[in-house]
Amino acid sequence: MDKGVLATALGSPAPFGQSQFAFMRGNAFEAKVKADGGAELLRLLYERLGGSSPAPGPDVATPDLSAAGPEGRAARTALALREATAAGGWALLDHPMLALEVAGSPAYLEPDAVVVHPDGRWTVVEIKSFPMIDSSADASKVGAAARQAAVYVLALERVAAVTERAEVGQRVLLVCPKDFSNLPTASVVDVRKQRAVTRRQLTRLTRIEDIAAGLPEGTTFDPACPSEELDAAVAAVPPAYAPECLAACELAFHCRAKSRAEGAVEALGRSVRGELGGLTTVAGVLAAAAGKEGDPADPTVAALRRAAALRAEALESAAVLRADAGEAASVAGAGTPEGAAACR
Amino acid sequence: MSLITTLARLEAVDSGRAQPLATVRHRHLTDRPLVLVPLTTAGEAGAPLGALVGTDREAPRLLAVAQPRDRDLRFAFLAELAEAVLPHIESYADVVEPAERNETDPATGKKTKVEVELCTDAGQLIVPSRAGVEFVRLLGRSMRFRRTAEDDPDTPYPAPARVPLLGRWLTHYGERARVPGSSLLLTATDLLNRHWATGQSSLEDQHLGALLSWIDPPAGSSGAEAALRAELARDGEGQLLCPPAGPATDPDFDNRLLAPAIERYDRARTALASAEDGLAADARLGELSGAEREIRSLLARVMLPTWDAVWRGLDLLRELPEGSRAEDRWTRDRWSFTAHRDRVRSGEPPQPRRDDAVTAAQKLASRETAQAQLEAQEALDDPLVLAGRRLAGEAFLGTVTDVEMTYTESKRPSPRPLVTVRTDERPHLGERTKVYRSLEGKPQTAEFVRAEEEPDQDGDVLLVLRILDRMGRGKEPAPGSVPEPGDRIAWTLFEHDQRGGPKLPDPEETPWTHGGPPGADAATRAEQPDPVTPEDLL
Repeated sequence: MDKGVLATALGSPAPFGQSQFAFMRGNAFEAKVKADGGAELLRLLYERLGGSSPAPGPDVATPDLSAAGPEGRAARTALALREATAAGGWALLDHPMLALEVAGSPAYLEPDAVVVHPDGRWTVVEIKSFPMIDSSADASKVGAAARQAAVYVLALERVAAVTERAEVGQRVLLVCPKDFSNLPTASVVDVRKQRAVTRRQLTRLTRIEDIAAGLPEGTTFDPACPSEELDAAVAAVPPAYAPECLAACELAFHCRAKSRAEGAVEALGRSVRGELGGLTTVAGVLAAAAGKEGDPADPTVAALRRAAALRAEALESAAVLRADAGEAASVAGAGTPEGAAACR
Repeated sequence: MSLITTLARLEAVDSGRAQPLATVRHRHLTDRPLVLVPLTTAGEAGAPLGALVGTDREAPRLLAVAQPRDRDLRFAFLAELAEAVLPHIESYADVVEPAERNETDPATGKKTKVEVELCTDAGQLIVPSRAGVEFVRLLGRSMRFRRTAEDDPDTPYPAPARVPLLGRWLTHYGERARVPGSSLLLTATDLLNRHWATGQSSLEDQHLGALLSWIDPPAGSSGAEAALRAELARDGEGQLLCPPAGPATDPDFDNRLLAPAIERYDRARTALASAEDGLAADARLGELSGAEREIRSLLARVMLPTWDAVWRGLDLLRELPEGSRAEDRWTRDRWSFTAHRDRVRSGEPPQPRRDDAVTAAQKLASRETAQAQLEAQEALDDPLVLAGRRLAGEAFLGTVTDVEMTYTESKRPSPRPLVTVRTDERPHLGERTKVYRSLEGKPQTAEFVRAEEEPDQDGDVLLVLRILDRMGRGKEPAPGSVPEPGDRIAWTLFEHDQRGGPKLPDPEETPWTHGGPPGADAATRAEQPDPVTPEDLL
């Protein structure tokens, strides 16, 4: 299902897109890193993660991974990994295809590269075009890259489990441009934590069949349907909107509109919900703060009333102060001519 | 986010308009701030695309790079930026007033007062958003190690003369922006977010257009509707009506308008280079400048709405009276500005790529102090901020009901009056907890003695405080220094002035736990310019 098309059909198109400048730059950088059979990439990798293995020479294997369809490519990749591990040398797999089960259905993933070490270790390589300036890069971008690599590690582990003497490295290699140049530099990122988190989240995901089973008969997300029908269909899958969704999900603007219409306090941020205890709607909170609803013995309600009273008092005192200041200014203004006259 | 801020946000949702979070302006604004709206090329680290810069809202200066991958054009842009920014900064550098500074005499170790210059005002820089501050830092980093032909005649790609200097100033501004409460480099979004609560999340508040829509919605429209329009509305060509405040551009703008325009420019340039006679060259030069004009007008089109939005934001902020202690923080900014001016004038090398351990520790400590000071000063300046602290039990407002004189039991008794205060608040007071009030702008200290056991029917309690200082040297307290019955006073549990922590060692004395003293090569290494490659950008 294409959520972007669905969002457009619902009248809240997703504002995502990639600039062709960024796209071209990313591709050009990746091509540069992998030029000459990946010599530069392997040099960086050996420098940082080589261990006791011999340095990669010109005889690095770069198996051909092309095959028909994602299943075919994934099978080809698994075979290449097995062969390379058995061969006991260095091998560079350019854009391998990996499969991972997400919520009961297979998802295909394509890491930038996977390197097989002579000792049977497999290392995921992520090539990104954001710069590493003075050996440090934007933390949020590195975090995103680490999460992405952790998924690849998980997918690789499935293949490694059925391959003799194979082991997936928990440390991945992040390759970025150095400073303001296009020379590659690399850094080792430990993704154990991200891997554990992703793994846990994957096991907790509700299976797609279970979600589908909970839907009313005949529900369809076909974008050609009238928008009211679509609207009802989307509403049948309960969303859990939070502002963080805006950066990730094509349907976020749709969910936000629904969430705001319901007056849900989460639309202002997850932390807001935590602060307000059992009160979940804007109207409910404001009524409680104004003393119209709610149990005064509830600590949240009591704190809200206190906050409302303090806020009102402060705003009032500021208004009085400003009115005084205004009056003083006008009095001073009126007084000037007389004062000036007295001076003369 | 405190509960009182959350409440303001909910009120904003309900009323469809942003609600005040402050009753005074907590940041100093100079009469003539320099507004900078930068744009960068997507995917490139140090490739600016264009900028609007200036102190006159009616006459921004448009700088544009027709082909961001061309080093010469980028250098031309940076040189032009230096011409726009440096005269502004330098116009403040020579207007000085005498001031005194405490310095430790290295020979005797005694503290002495030294007469120094302090700039009476400093150049203020305003960018639209936080990403803009990061971009200023990035520009500073990319420029300050460059070598000009004058520095080194053999340098392969010499930078224009004033570019490294601009890099040093932008680095200083970017670094200063990390000090809480500083106003040398401000962002329009942070300024507005400090003073108003909108009915959207803080994530969405980073969108300058949406933020302004909440604070000052157009007539007949609610903040939420106007904000949605600012976020999503597109014109017939599919371009955003309210383009992102930069430095990143909208991908649709890049793909549909900018990329074809840059391609035309490239074609015109190739055609000009291959022109065979003067007549053809003239015609092709015309094409080239036409293509360049087109790029400039495209960039102006996406930057102008942001430029106007920044100035509109400044207008809104100027409607608030400035908090009385904001001036004090601005003085610190002036000191920082003057110190950097002195470093540049004395020929010191550019700021190093990485701070050494001692400098880093000093910066952290001073930022922590600045943060605590900012929080205290904002609360003292603004009843609305104080209300938040009162809600948290960190301050309370009370009416003095009784004053009883007591004295210390030393040879020369000093006054220690006991003040009874009636309040309906429940501050977190323990025995001998220090509380402070502002007396003629200076903090007066008191300590908590005891509380009456039971609140009365109005929920009021009586608290007894002992005043400890600021009563003069005599046996009798100086007039006006002791509260009188009937006075309504705000007491805080936090200190008004922050004292810095213990002194840090000199860099030569860096302990081994922090990497030890810097090696002999550290100074020379820091100064090395970035190595340049024939094509340093893709």
